[in-house]
Amino acid sequence: MTDIAVVDYGMGNLRSVSKALEHVAPTASIVVTSDPSVVQKASRVVVPGQGAMPNCMRELTGHGLKDAVLEAAKNKPFLGICLGLQMLFDESEEGNVKGLGVLPGKVRHFSHDAMINSERNKLKVPHMGWNQVHQTMQHSLWNGIANDARFYFVHSYYVETVNSEITAAYTLYPTPFTCAIAKDNIFAVQFHPEKSQIAGLTLLHNFTKWEPHSSR
Amino acid sequence: MGLAKRIIPCLDVNNGRVVKGVNFISLRDAGDPVEIARRYDEQGADELVFLDITASSDNRDLILHIVEEVAAQVFIPLTVGGGVRKVDDVRRLLNAGADKVSVNTSAVLNPQLVADAASHYGSQCIVVAIDAKQVMDDKHNSPRWEVFTHGGRNATGLDAIEWAKKMQTLGAGEILLTSMDRDGTRHGFDLALTHAISDAIDLPVIASGGVGCLDHLVEGILQGHADAVLAASIFHYGQHTIQEAKQYLAKHGIEVRL
Repeated sequence: MTDIAVVDYGMGNLRSVSKALEHVAPTASIVVTSDPSVVQKASRVVVPGQGAMPNCMRELTGHGLKDAVLEAAKNKPFLGICLGLQMLFDESEEGNVKGLGVLPGKVRHFSHDAMINSERNKLKVPHMGWNQVHQTMQHSLWNGIANDARFYFVHSYYVETVNSEITAAYTLYPTPFTCAIAKDNIFAVQFHPEKSQIAGLTLLHNFTKWEPHSSR
Repeated sequence: MGLAKRIIPCLDVNNGRVVKGVNFISLRDAGDPVEIARRYDEQGADELVFLDITASSDNRDLILHIVEEVAAQVFIPLTVGGGVRKVDDVRRLLNAGADKVSVNTSAVLNPQLVADAASHYGSQCIVVAIDAKQVMDDKHNSPRWEVFTHGGRNATGLDAIEWAKKMQTLGAGEILLTSMDRDGTRHGFDLALTHAISDAIDLPVIASGGVGCLDHLVEGILQGHADAVLAASIFHYGQHTIQEAKQYLAKHGIEVRL
């Protein structure tokens, strides 16, 4: 049986995600798959994603994976990364496309006018590099990770949540945006744990051990 | 507090070995790429750049194996460039474990490659490398920077600032800017060039070419407005560790990942 399914809907490089999972859970069976039945049978599901939201939603539907992902988001440990976070929300400004609507909120582009920091320097878009993740809730996935630890980001869009109770962490660029959300069996992050060295590997390791119903 | 400035060691790979040239010419062996990548990761490198400078097409696939091996052990972003000619080359490198692919000569010969690769795989993984050299503009009798290709051998007539703007429009996610005048000289970045390009575009700019000491890294960020600084020889030959470089930047008020 597959312990962890990494959902492959044809968007970018999933090798780093699966390699990082193999590194933190050497005995687990980890499969990169585009087969909905494999996703359904897996005990844990990881949905990565790179590129643009419209392509992402189209490919997800085209590969017949949309229902399997929706189902996983309801009932098993679910980790969304980057677009895997953004797709959970109602809609995205990127191509004005609908998301999965699992969580209320919208995906927005960083406003060019607002991209000035306190030293009056221009901030670049995409937001690319190592930024601090400020934890706003206790969660098993933060175990062993210092508050304000740095993770690797690369994105031009961010999620604007309706319910701030699901925000698990925020990051400043230059104003605060939600960079991690947690609700029941779902944990999803804007940054790339698979590229965030020790902090990222710790988060992935925590995910492989996470029992959502016993503790949050 | 916010986004950290990045320090990126660059590994020029020739026939499977890391080498370092001076002004793009004479090469010197610096070691095994996988071993060096691991060392830089342990020292706190923010990303790694591999540039494949292998001339012979027989040895072209070596870089794929190196990327695969590095990606299985090192969990920070990897950029790979050199000899990328078509979208399929981008795909093969991403599948091997590269997070970003850098294009240079091919972007000049076929700018559509940048647009196609970005629309297929996302801007976040397309880095356009620009090799720029200062030239005299006869018409205005003033200096400007021109884009060169083929490892600095061929002039293109393209203005580097205009070219960077065009690459942004076509979908590049980042610019890797090398001063051909400074590369390998250890005299420091071309700060005027770095500043001009970084301020002209919204994309992050990696400054490259000429780092000989830690002060050059500080200058590249504070005066050149670079988002990331790339260096090779100061790290390869043990002059400084990445950690020393970061401590030095932090001492100068620059935000880094320590």
